[in-house]
Amino acid sequence: MKKEVKKPVLAVGPFHPLQEEMEFFQLTLDGEKVTDIDVRLSYNHRGIEKISETLQFDQIPYLISRICGICSASHPLAYVQAVEELAGIKPPPRALYVRTIINELERIHSHLLWVGLGGHFIGYDTVFMWAWKYREPVLDLLEEITGNRNNYGNVRVGGCREDVPNELIPKILKELDEIEKKTEMLTKAVLDDPVLHARLKGVGILKKEDAIRYAVTGPTARGSGVDIDVRRDDPYAAYGELDWKVIVQQEGDVFAKAVVRLLETFESIKIVRQALKKLPDGPITAEVREIPPGEAVGHAEAPRGETFHYVRSDGGNRPIRHKVRAPSYVNVPSFKASCIGQDIADVTLTLAAVDPCYSCTERLAVVDRCNNITHTYETILQLSRQKTTKIMKELGVQGLKMEDLRIG
Amino acid sequence: MNQQELNSRISEIKNKVTAIEQKADNRIYIPCEAGNSYAVCKFLFEDVGARFCTATGIDSDDCFEVLYHFSYDRTGCVITVKAFIRDRKNPAIESITPFLPAAEWIEREIHDVLGIDFINHPNLKRLILADDWPQGVYPLRKEVKK
Amino acid sequence: MSWKIWSLKKSPWVFHVNVGACNNCDIEIVNCLTPKFDIERFGIKLVGSPRHADALLVTGVGTRQAIIRLREVYRQTSKPCVVFLVGACPCGTGIFYNGYHVEGPVDKIIKEIDPNAIIAYVPGCPPKPEAIISGVVKALSAL
Repeated sequence: MKKEVKKPVLAVGPFHPLQEEMEFFQLTLDGEKVTDIDVRLSYNHRGIEKISETLQFDQIPYLISRICGICSASHPLAYVQAVEELAGIKPPPRALYVRTIINELERIHSHLLWVGLGGHFIGYDTVFMWAWKYREPVLDLLEEITGNRNNYGNVRVGGCREDVPNELIPKILKELDEIEKKTEMLTKAVLDDPVLHARLKGVGILKKEDAIRYAVTGPTARGSGVDIDVRRDDPYAAYGELDWKVIVQQEGDVFAKAVVRLLETFESIKIVRQALKKLPDGPITAEVREIPPGEAVGHAEAPRGETFHYVRSDGGNRPIRHKVRAPSYVNVPSFKASCIGQDIADVTLTLAAVDPCYSCTERLAVVDRCNNITHTYETILQLSRQKTTKIMKELGVQGLKMEDLRIG
Repeated sequence: MNQQELNSRISEIKNKVTAIEQKADNRIYIPCEAGNSYAVCKFLFEDVGARFCTATGIDSDDCFEVLYHFSYDRTGCVITVKAFIRDRKNPAIESITPFLPAAEWIEREIHDVLGIDFINHPNLKRLILADDWPQGVYPLRKEVKK
Repeated sequence: MSWKIWSLKKSPWVFHVNVGACNNCDIEIVNCLTPKFDIERFGIKLVGSPRHADALLVTGVGTRQAIIRLREVYRQTSKPCVVFLVGACPCGTGIFYNGYHVEGPVDKIIKEIDPNAIIAYVPGCPPKPEAIISGVVKALSAL
């Protein structure tokens, strides 16, 4: 009979919320390399699509912005775009710009969050603290505009709920300047740090053909040379009227994905600046009568990739079917292609590079069949950090410190 | 290819489908019978080069529908294949996972919540319902209320 | 006051459990550790195992699959412990009340195992870090 031995739990850090028991990803090891992965969803399944059928069209944005905390602007946007397409409603121009501004501010804080997490997984806790500290001003701005740091509830069928007051614009621009300076510092530090090069390059490679077979989207796809971005391909909100670049890298490794996210943050800052400058006057909501029978799709580029919604109506005031597809749903399975053959020490990083919901990354367990050991998440995290320390020793450098992240 | 070329490419499969409906410049719906959905999806993925977005399962009173959504990113066109499954007692459709690993999870999910069988799916085990969720109860079917 | 309660009040070690949350509350909890809020100055520390914890921070509605694990975690947590329900979801399932996969609210589930459980509610969607810190400090002062 197989005897399962749990490795002793190592107390990790001052901070990370960890879950011991809830295995979500189970990886199988052969020696030091991953050979297979099994995934069990269900812990977060709340039956949202069925709940949607019990709500009216204008109540649904509140439900679906709570699908995922960090994509909480993109889900309602994709949904209302579907309903507006179904009903032939055109939101007024100012509403389109406000939607763009909110969504790009969300992208900025989401990417900074990711950078912090990535830093944590490899043992760069100063990067974590720093990135999350400089995320706060963005959250404060969002709170000033919409009333909440997350779950903005700002999008409605036909337009927006809260406007960006013109008096607030100088403050937003000033904050963006600060954030840009900080992000420049961080980007330069990441791109120049030899330890990060050694730690992240060549790790967790997702090849382009796998990226296509797994139909990944967002930075996960763009880091593997797949040039797709819903904002450019099927323009919505005000993206078609603004000047910005889609960032693509070819290597497909964790480093490439980090570069995509960092450079995208600059593009987002650019977009918000332009949107504020060109913000047209006028109302922020159009009149909505009934939603006629029919069906439509709506998609938006969330920080993680494409959110996709399908809505079908029979003319009543509730949808008869509402399909929701979050970007992580297509990105996370690609973990199978990018993780097989990886070292156990690189597993958290590879998964984090796909940028699933934060809680998903915690639910990782690795089964070592040969030695009958189950490694819990904490152990794997420690291994990742130990690998970074080893690389630092080999290169004879200290790696990023807080002093490096100061403006000159 | 541009939208016009895309439209004419798609019309190559018109003998396998019931219709090709263009609801807007960049929204195409292709209703077909479940028996042909595999060929149509393969054509869209391999020949046209569209990206698979997701699939929607619907309980439509007299039949089941499985909608496969594809996106042709070059023109931003979303192409939806609507496969109608007429047999309500034993609903089944051929899985597209063998050539499109991206569909593995969503077909498992539709199987969980609607009870549709995906023939030749490599791994059709439970995905999103709890371990102790009763067998044979499909939450997204119309007859199941909370 | 027993020495156990005293040590809990002085420097509570908390363990975070997600039973089906959208992540917003989880991220706001982690935000509490970042320099702007810095809960470590209150002696509050997040630990990696319920066995080392004095308090549980529970987020999420309590999905059918997750509550099995929640019961395990509660049993393993050393007593006395305080269960903080962070967010609208564990306090009363929030907007997901009629979901077919939702077995919450979480306080009902905890009370089934331990009718004398000490439960504190921190509502909000998500509660701001200030609210979470305030809730934790208030509850511990009242013990």
